[in-house]
Amino acid sequence: MVRRLSVPVVAPVWAPVWALVWALVWAGAPVQAPAHAQDRFITLASTTSTDNSGLFAEILPRFQAQSGIAVRVVAVGTGQAIRLAERGDADVLLVHHKPSEEKFVADGFGLERHDVMYNDFVVVGPAADPAGIKGMVRAREAFAKIARGRHLFVSRGDNSGTHRAEQSIWRASGSDPAAGRGKWFREAGAGMGAALNTASGMNAYILTDRGTWTSFSNKGSFAVLVEGDPALFNQYGVIVVSPERHPHVKADAANLFVAWLTGAAGQAAIAAFRKRGRQLFTPNAKPSTGN
Amino acid sequence: MSILPLSLDEVSFRAGDRALLDGISLTIESGPKTVILGANGAGKSLLLRICHGLLGPSGGKVRWAEGTTRQYERQAMVFQKPVMLRRSVAANVAYGLRLRKIEAGERARRVADALRRTGLTDFADQPARLLSGGEQQRLALARTWALEPEILFLDEPTANLDPGATRAVEEIVSGFHDSGAKIVMTTHDIGQARRLADEVIFLHRGRVAERAGADRFFAQPSTEEAAAYLRGDLLW
Amino acid sequence: MGQAFVLALQLIAALDAELLEIIARSFAVSLAAVAIAAAIGLPAGAALAVYRFPGRRAVIVLVNALMGLPPVFVGLLIYLFLSRAGPLGFLGLLFTPTAMIIAQAVLVTPIIVAICHRLTRDLYEEYRDQLCSFGARPHDAVRTILWDARVSLVTAVMAGFGRATAEVGAVLIVGGNIAGLTRVMTTTIALETSKGNLALALALGLILVLTAIGVNAVAMSLGGVSAYRRG
Repeated sequence: MVRRLSVPVVAPVWAPVWALVWALVWAGAPVQAPAHAQDRFITLASTTSTDNSGLFAEILPRFQAQSGIAVRVVAVGTGQAIRLAERGDADVLLVHHKPSEEKFVADGFGLERHDVMYNDFVVVGPAADPAGIKGMVRAREAFAKIARGRHLFVSRGDNSGTHRAEQSIWRASGSDPAAGRGKWFREAGAGMGAALNTASGMNAYILTDRGTWTSFSNKGSFAVLVEGDPALFNQYGVIVVSPERHPHVKADAANLFVAWLTGAAGQAAIAAFRKRGRQLFTPNAKPSTGN
Repeated sequence: MSILPLSLDEVSFRAGDRALLDGISLTIESGPKTVILGANGAGKSLLLRICHGLLGPSGGKVRWAEGTTRQYERQAMVFQKPVMLRRSVAANVAYGLRLRKIEAGERARRVADALRRTGLTDFADQPARLLSGGEQQRLALARTWALEPEILFLDEPTANLDPGATRAVEEIVSGFHDSGAKIVMTTHDIGQARRLADEVIFLHRGRVAERAGADRFFAQPSTEEAAAYLRGDLLW
Repeated sequence: MGQAFVLALQLIAALDAELLEIIARSFAVSLAAVAIAAAIGLPAGAALAVYRFPGRRAVIVLVNALMGLPPVFVGLLIYLFLSRAGPLGFLGLLFTPTAMIIAQAVLVTPIIVAICHRLTRDLYEEYRDQLCSFGARPHDAVRTILWDARVSLVTAVMAGFGRATAEVGAVLIVGGNIAGLTRVMTTTIALETSKGNLALALALGLILVLTAIGVNAVAMSLGGVSAYRRG
């Protein structure tokens, strides 16, 4: 590298050309390198809520150390993650919207669905709580109260698992937030973290998964207002993409990963993951499903 | 076989409704240095460009004795304001030779010869754009010298130069002539025409007013316009 | 803001290995993309300045319009091509640095074509008669004006490089922001922002700005030296 740098001094005119040629050669290297060093890798399509919490960074290296398989995480919303997997752009899917996951399997895109872990959703908002929902037991009643008072509410609006959970709570609440669209009901169309930033900026209520909330650093004056409702239960499932549908899918490696994740080692790793002193996910794979 | 003589038959050039050149019929033979003389706006530069082939005439015909598809290869032109390529003096001279696919040894020989003839040998490695106006015009001549053209068009090559630089350019032009190239040059400088011309084509308002041997033209112009121009009257 | 600035300096001073890797990857991807875009865009821009053909104006208008291509749109387009279900899916390039290079090259090429066209058009205007007199054919003229405009063309390439390093929408979609593989400066900034680590995101942004300033300064000084040497 130092040797190359002497080139511009000799021939300044050629420096940009040199730099480009050099960059081409060099950029090609990391592209080709994984073919040897990391030829065993799988692509995991997952959600921003799990990735942003730091869970994958914590547990995946353990799986790699044990199996020699690297897991490349593409973190998007649940809806987009499922679409990626449907197109064959991932080997494994780890998301949190059971009805969509079951449909994915039923449509032949995936093999078996396994429970992995859960956490819960919480309703957060300004600690001053203008809508007065703090301590309410039922999330749907809290939502109804927000709608009646036309208090600002930020919706994910991105077809993610959290968005769908939010929509089912709205349906149960008996109020129609669509009427307030653009007024008190604000659809962010963004990931969990970005939506939290938005809500914080607007002093609006928002539904979030506890993992993202706990690890989120820009809380400002926000606080958890409603939690513990069974309707706020947030189950994560994992599915290997069907190699019959997409022959290039690395089903063997993917099955190994699912077996590890739902087996004793993976479940223990999930339970051991802590952020700010708190456990964010509770493992709940059924022992019988490990293959 | 030579591409000369060059003949123009009823050549005209129009810009909109205005005829900038009209009814020009000329034959340009090899040999004598031809100077196209006339006031600014008489159409000298335009005529030269049409002869060289940079512009097509609106009417009439321009014909070379030997029709050739690569008409530029045997002629060259020096412009009033020379365009210096952004590279060294030697590379400027070599440029045209490369286009003609002259092989490297011959190219080097011709570049060295052209630089020597124009007194630019010491500047060979300098950026052409940093030369003075006179040196740039000498470089323009060196570039054409290296091409060994049969005919060389020069469009007011000394219009922007001081007397010293003008003299140097005129000497090089004479050297071209001595080496056998046909010189066709425009000027509005009567003194320069006297010094260089073997024959004069006097252009007035887009027409050839008079064509004569230099001695006769300067001693006894046959048209009133030429006489007035030589006296220094304003012709417009 | 002040906190972010301190953090940025700390990150630089600590020579954090992961950060250095991300910076290096950003540069490698963007330089490769710009190299490809320049290899296509510079000759194309100069050709637009030299050749006269029917529809030339339309092409110029189109290229200028494409300068403003939304990165997300390009990302989506490249994604659809590279996806396993897409026409180039068999290459397995999605979520690799190569995919990011392709996306950035698509974004940057119109910029280089358009700027190169503007720069060489004026130069060709000046050169045309002289080159014609030398007997240069159009493809000779393209090569000549590219070479003679080389100092100012650095600007075109730098503008392309700036666009490449600054964009996030396209590389996020086709690269997937995979840690250690396709995570670059801009996607890291987006990620840290969504985690609420605003100070860290801002610090990374400052580093991006600083590197951009450094690259431009180097390019400018090289251009200056060259301008002095070549006149």
